[in-house]
Amino acid sequence: MTGRVQLAVIGAGPAGMAAAVEAANCGASVVLIDEQPAPGGQIYRAITSAARPGKAILGDDYENGAKLTDTLAASTVDHWTATTVWQVTPEREIYMTRDGASHRITADAIVIANGATERPMPFPGWTLPGVMTAGAGQILLKTAGLVPQAGLVLAGSGPLLFLIAAQYLRAGGAIEALVETTPRSNYRTALRHLPGALRTPGYLRKGLGLLAELRKHKVRHVKTATRLQAVGDGRLQALRFSRAGRQHEIACTTLMLHIGVVPNVQITRALNLPHDWDALQRCWRPRRDADGATELDGIFLAGDGAGIGGAVVAELEGRIAGLASARALGTLETGKAEARLAAERSRLAQEMAPRPFLDALYAPSPEFLAPPDDTIVCRCEEVTAGQIRSYVGLGCIGPNQTKSFGRSGMGPCQGRLCGLTVSEIIASETARPMAEVGYYRIRPPIKPVTLGELAALHDDQAAAADRSLENAS
Amino acid sequence: MPSASTFARLPDGPAEDITILFNGEAVRARSGDTVAAALIAAGHRITRTTPVSGTGRGPYCMMGACFECLVEIDGEPNRQGCMVQVRDGMRIDAMSGARKLAEGNP
Amino acid sequence: MHPDVIIIGGGLHGLSAALHLCRAGFRPLVLEKDYPGRHASGVNAGGVRRLGRHFAEVPLSVEALELWHQMPDLVDDDCGFSPCGQMLIAETDKELAGLKSRVRDLAKLGFDHEKIVDARQLRSIVPALSAHCAGGIWCAEDGAANPYRTVSAFHRKVLASGGRVEAETAVTGIKRAAGGWIVETTRGSHQAAVLVNTAGAWGGKVAQMIGDFAPVDPQAPMLMITERIEPFLTPVVGSAGRVLSFKQFDNGTVLIGGGHRGRAVPDDNITALDFTGLRTSAQTVRALFPQLAGLRIVRAWAGIEAVMPDAIPVIGPSVAEDNAFHAFGFSAHGFQLGPIVGRLIAELVDTGACSLPIEPFRINRFNDPATGLS
Repeated sequence: MTGRVQLAVIGAGPAGMAAAVEAANCGASVVLIDEQPAPGGQIYRAITSAARPGKAILGDDYENGAKLTDTLAASTVDHWTATTVWQVTPEREIYMTRDGASHRITADAIVIANGATERPMPFPGWTLPGVMTAGAGQILLKTAGLVPQAGLVLAGSGPLLFLIAAQYLRAGGAIEALVETTPRSNYRTALRHLPGALRTPGYLRKGLGLLAELRKHKVRHVKTATRLQAVGDGRLQALRFSRAGRQHEIACTTLMLHIGVVPNVQITRALNLPHDWDALQRCWRPRRDADGATELDGIFLAGDGAGIGGAVVAELEGRIAGLASARALGTLETGKAEARLAAERSRLAQEMAPRPFLDALYAPSPEFLAPPDDTIVCRCEEVTAGQIRSYVGLGCIGPNQTKSFGRSGMGPCQGRLCGLTVSEIIASETARPMAEVGYYRIRPPIKPVTLGELAALHDDQAAAADRSLENAS
Repeated sequence: MPSASTFARLPDGPAEDITILFNGEAVRARSGDTVAAALIAAGHRITRTTPVSGTGRGPYCMMGACFECLVEIDGEPNRQGCMVQVRDGMRIDAMSGARKLAEGNP
Repeated sequence: MHPDVIIIGGGLHGLSAALHLCRAGFRPLVLEKDYPGRHASGVNAGGVRRLGRHFAEVPLSVEALELWHQMPDLVDDDCGFSPCGQMLIAETDKELAGLKSRVRDLAKLGFDHEKIVDARQLRSIVPALSAHCAGGIWCAEDGAANPYRTVSAFHRKVLASGGRVEAETAVTGIKRAAGGWIVETTRGSHQAAVLVNTAGAWGGKVAQMIGDFAPVDPQAPMLMITERIEPFLTPVVGSAGRVLSFKQFDNGTVLIGGGHRGRAVPDDNITALDFTGLRTSAQTVRALFPQLAGLRIVRAWAGIEAVMPDAIPVIGPSVAEDNAFHAFGFSAHGFQLGPIVGRLIAELVDTGACSLPIEPFRINRFNDPATGLS
């Protein structure tokens, strides 16, 4: 795992698989690098496993992933599984760890397709054992066939919440309640985008179908809940919330949270690529052009890691980045590339049509963007929203300075779970736009690497000169 | 101590076929499970205490992002339980605060 | 109202100069192109070390340590300073002989703060250390501080003492004016009688604007920090034969630094890491502390440092112009000197003289390739 490759694709979800296969089919030699033991990404997790739950539970959309993994298996793509990338450089070097050893390769082109993470949903008590993301619930179902039988509450906003509820019901699970936090005002805002969304009505039809399943099973469905609080003595025992001025409490042992997903920007940030604030999706988007090309030569982006569009959009963007990188590598003739890219772009526009409606409808409630003072914001270092506000009072001007004040973002998750929240709090306290407040400077390794793994870094390129100074601080 | 698991396996899926140890206690698991999934399946929801305040935490994201499911696996501290697949006989221990200096001081 | 001194560069040296000038009755203005402590001052390893210094720096460093021990008197904050001691390790008898010779030479100059320790004493101070180490130099009163907290404390104290600090204000031009200087910035121009250049990695450029020459090489010393581990190490540890600065914080994280360089792009405020250099650091730690091989590195970074060809700073008056002074080019070990250098600059501005020897740091020690003059 050293030396030079033609195209390296990072992430084996829909975008990465599509990019890798497309470029390989154009004649490029491609390696696909992924942290998981099997392809699929999070959305198609365990799709190649014989033990996965059936279509009757997970649905047709999930089964579509098998088409991608089949074409991947039939391709010439070299898939490096269980391999963790911990640095990508502008010179297109990729550092990674596999089986306890570190490696470095250099690629002529890179497609970064590292997907999304759940948007953090901080509120008092969200760190209690028993609270997890809805995505975690789906992973438990897909990989281990685990279905909650009692004590489950789902809370938050967004289509995934309804999807996992329906999947659990089909699998014979029990749901105490689905507590929706979508603010009432979102419905009015979203209405404006409804005509656009109706250009691609499939998404809306599916959503209504899921809601019908919940109604059929008479699942308790609370709407417009606010002031969430998870309580329990050392572990989760109940969810409290307000609705229409009244306090409610639902006993539970598992609370699954979801308020949408956001691009995982650790690699693109560590590359110092420019990122734009998406005010509608309330997340950062690494800048790229219509082909997924970034300002760094030979580095392309595709899928939810570059902006949230969902699995089908990710697959189309993957194809586009795969074709564009093949063209850049010279394995696809420019004229042919243009025709095929145009076709994929037009499909992409069609698939993107419902996004403004969905983004407006499921825009996160402000109480989870800048949560109350007693909420732990940085889970690793246990820094509260109130502490972040107090640092602002002491003259802290941005997210990077909060690290020095109170170590937020400096734990092992490297800011993944608090980055957005810390910036949102500072923006709200200082009445400055997010684009100005900015984000943590993300530094490699973007996943922790042991001293032993780094010491044994296999590197067939000349060692840099040891320009040491005896007199260093 | 685990509470009774509130999760059940799908009836038509593969059986739990291996045994791992969590804090010295035998836990049945299914080949292909991650460590974190196997512990949740068995009702173990608190899988570490934090180095900052000593409070209990359990798996949160299950996809390698949050580092809440850190456990010691076969003597190696701070492994992400959601990123490691179980093996028969695997020895897993909850992390209790910060890791300790390895034994065998020269 | 005009300031009487303009200080270019809001790092620790600029803020320290501003503070000491305030104490001497001046009204300084600090111009900072980013925010105070954005670069080397705020992100360095925080070593507060007399140990191992170039002999020219020793008098300043010894005086600086006095100030570190009384930091609350100066800036109302201890800056996170902890006198945890600093140890320089010799792995072989040959290295130890070299250290002994250094300590003897230092004694001849009248300094006795560096003490030789044998292998047994070394192990009692650093029990986790690999058994092969032969001995070292121990400075019990040295220690470490929190860099950003230090810069913040100086910044606050400057403001409380009547000084001004303008962040996000980059200097674009310097002109002589009647009785002083006009400094043009991205946010308007300022006028003052005296100019001080504490611009760090950008100090060479500012010197050039004044008419002086200094060959500054901007470099990016890299640091790594690990996950938390239970306390096993009290002092800051360096190595005579390898590049290392090694320190465990109270929170359990371990800082690994010492000088392996990344790539600095000062014009873009960017540093790039070189993992080949960091690999060497990891190998060094593994050799000296074998039990740490499984410890995880959570983050690595690099600050932009001004390194001079002879690895000692420029401190003193301009040779080209009156009423201009320099303090930059600390070559990746300026943090500890911050409190004292600011005082020396204030003395120079106030009286034209200086209470400690700064002759080795004069700016005209370098040959200007453009003019052939030094």
